[in-house]
Amino acid sequence: MTAHREGRARRSGRPGARLAGRFGGMILVVWGAATVGFFSLRLIPGDPVNVLVGLGNVSQRVRDQIRADWGLVDPLLLQYFHYLGRLLQGDLGTSYRMQQPVAAVIGQQLAPTMQLMGLAISFAVLLAFGSALLGRGRRTGPVAGLLELVAVSSPTFWIGLVLIGVFGFGLGWFPVVATAGFGALVLPAVTLAIPVAGILSQVLRQGLDDAAALPFVDTVRARGASQTRLVLRHTLRHAAANSVTLTGYIVGSLLGGSVLVETVFARPGLGRVALNAIVNRDVPVVLGIIVLAAVSFSLVNLLVDFVADRLDPRLATEQAYA
Amino acid sequence: MSILAAARSRTARTRRVTRMPTPALWVAAGFLLLLLLSALFPRLFTGADAVRTDIDAALLAPGPGHPFGTDQAGRDVFARVIYGSRYSLAIGFGATLIALLAGLVIGSLAGLMRRVGDGVLSRAIEIVMAFPEFLLALIVIAIIGPGEASLLIAVAIAVIPSYARVARVQTLVVKRAGYVEAARTLGVSPAVTVLRHVVPNTLGPLLVMATMGIGTAITAAAGLSFLGLGPKPPIPEWGLILSEGRNFLATAWWIAVFPGIVITATVVSTSVLGRHLQASAAGRQR
Repeated sequence: MTAHREGRARRSGRPGARLAGRFGGMILVVWGAATVGFFSLRLIPGDPVNVLVGLGNVSQRVRDQIRADWGLVDPLLLQYFHYLGRLLQGDLGTSYRMQQPVAAVIGQQLAPTMQLMGLAISFAVLLAFGSALLGRGRRTGPVAGLLELVAVSSPTFWIGLVLIGVFGFGLGWFPVVATAGFGALVLPAVTLAIPVAGILSQVLRQGLDDAAALPFVDTVRARGASQTRLVLRHTLRHAAANSVTLTGYIVGSLLGGSVLVETVFARPGLGRVALNAIVNRDVPVVLGIIVLAAVSFSLVNLLVDFVADRLDPRLATEQAYA
Repeated sequence: MSILAAARSRTARTRRVTRMPTPALWVAAGFLLLLLLSALFPRLFTGADAVRTDIDAALLAPGPGHPFGTDQAGRDVFARVIYGSRYSLAIGFGATLIALLAGLVIGSLAGLMRRVGDGVLSRAIEIVMAFPEFLLALIVIAIIGPGEASLLIAVAIAVIPSYARVARVQTLVVKRAGYVEAARTLGVSPAVTVLRHVVPNTLGPLLVMATMGIGTAITAAAGLSFLGLGPKPPIPEWGLILSEGRNFLATAWWIAVFPGIVITATVVSTSVLGRHLQASAAGRQR
C-alpha cells in the first residue's frame, strides 16, 4: 500500500502547482459570483431604504442620513471595492432587514440545514446502493429503472407533502411539525434524498454494467471469486468512482432543494433564510447566500478531485492533468 | 479503457436501447398529446369551472362528478388541473425555448471564438453553473420580482448555462468536421458556413436536452410558484394548487396528491421521449 502511494506521488508531478491552480480557479469562481451578484442585485428596482426602514414613515432627511450611513451614496464602483475589501476580511455585510451581520444570520441557520443535508446524503447513498445492487437482474432491472425515473421526476415539495400525508397524518409515525429531535428530521431528509437517490442509482447501475464488461472481471472470476465478492469488492468500486464526480451536482441540488423542503416542513434553515431574503429584497443576505453557494461548490469540487484521485490512481498521473 | 472494453460497453448500451419498451414511448407521447389538448381546449375534458367557488361542494372526496375531488372552496380539482396545464406547459415550453436559443447563441459564439473570447465566455458559464439551478432561479426572481412572466424568465436563465455548455462543445466538434472544411475550401463565406453548416449540426443534442428540459422546467416553475413567487390565486397553476392543498393534507389529501401525480407523469413522459430521441440519435451516428 505504501509503495503504491509513493508511486502515485512520484507520478503526480508537481502537486504544489496543481493545488495552486485549483485554488486559483476556486478564488475565480467565488470572485466572479460575488461580482455578478453585486452588480445584478443593483438592478432591483426600488429604494433599499424602504427595505431598511420597513413600513415606517420617515422624512427625507432621515432617508438621506440612512443612505449615507449605509454607504449607498458612494459611486457604484467605490461601493463594489468596499464590498470586496470587506469580503476579503470575511465580512459579508449587514442585513437590511434584521440589522445583524449577514455572517451571523447565515451562521445561526447553518446547523439545521447541514443536519438535513447530511442525513439526506446518507439516505440517498443507502437507497441508491440498495437499488443499484438489487436492480441488476433481468426482472428487477426495469423495476429499478422505473423507480429511478419516478424519483427523479417527482417534484421535491410534492414528495414531501405525500410523505407528511402518509407517515405524518395517516400513520402517525413521524411528527408533522418541525420539532427538535431526530424524528422530525427523518421525513424532510427522505424527501430531499429521493431525487438524489434516483440519479445516483442510475449512474451506479450504468457503472456496474460498464465495469462488468471490463477484462479484469475475467481475472477475478478465474481466481475463483464469487459473484457477490466480484460486485462488492471490484465492480462496485469502479461504479462508485464514476459517481463521485456527481457529488458537486448533488450538493447543489440538495442546497436548492432545501429551500422547498424547509418550506414544506416549516423548518428553520438556510433555505428559509434565502427565501425570506429574496422576498424581502434583503440584498446583503442574498449576496451572502450567493458567496456561500460559490464557496461550497468550489470546496466540494476540490474534495471530489481529491477523492477521485484516491479511488482511481490513474487520474493523479501527470497525463490526466496535462 | 481498452478498445475491447469500449466495444463491449457499446454493445451493452445498444442492447439497452433496443430493449427500450416501445409501449412506454407510446404512453408518454399519448399523455403529452392529451396534455397539449387540455391546454388548448380544456372544455373537451371538463365541463366544470376552474375558478368559481361553491362552498356547498367544499372538500368533497374523489367520486363520480369530481374525479379528483373538490378543494376548500368547492372548486373541482380535476378542472383546475386541466385548466392549469396551460400555465405549466406555457412556462415549460417557453422557458426551454428561450434557454435553448440563448444557450445556442452563447455556446456557438464561445465555440467559434478564438482563445480569449472563448476563455471569457467559458469561465462565465462555469461561474454561473456553480449555482444550483433552483437557487439561480430564485436569485433572478429576487431581481425582477415575482409573477408569471418572472417565473418563465427565471427558469429560462437558470438553465441557459447548461445549454450553452453543450452548444459550445458541439460547435467545437462540428467546427473540425470535413464538411465545414469543404465549405470553407469552396469559398462559402464564414457567416453562411456557420449558419448553414455549423449551427444546424449542433442542434441535435440540444433538442434532446430541451425535450427532457421541458419537464424539468415545469417542475422548477411549479416549485417557485409553490413558494408563492409565481401567479397569484385563484389561478389554477399546478404548483399553486399544491401549495393550497398543503393546508388540507390531514382532511383532503386529494387536493395535493392529484396535481402532483400529473406533474410527475408529465416529467416522466418528457424524459421517456427525450431518452428515445437520444437513443435514436446515437443509433444514427453509429
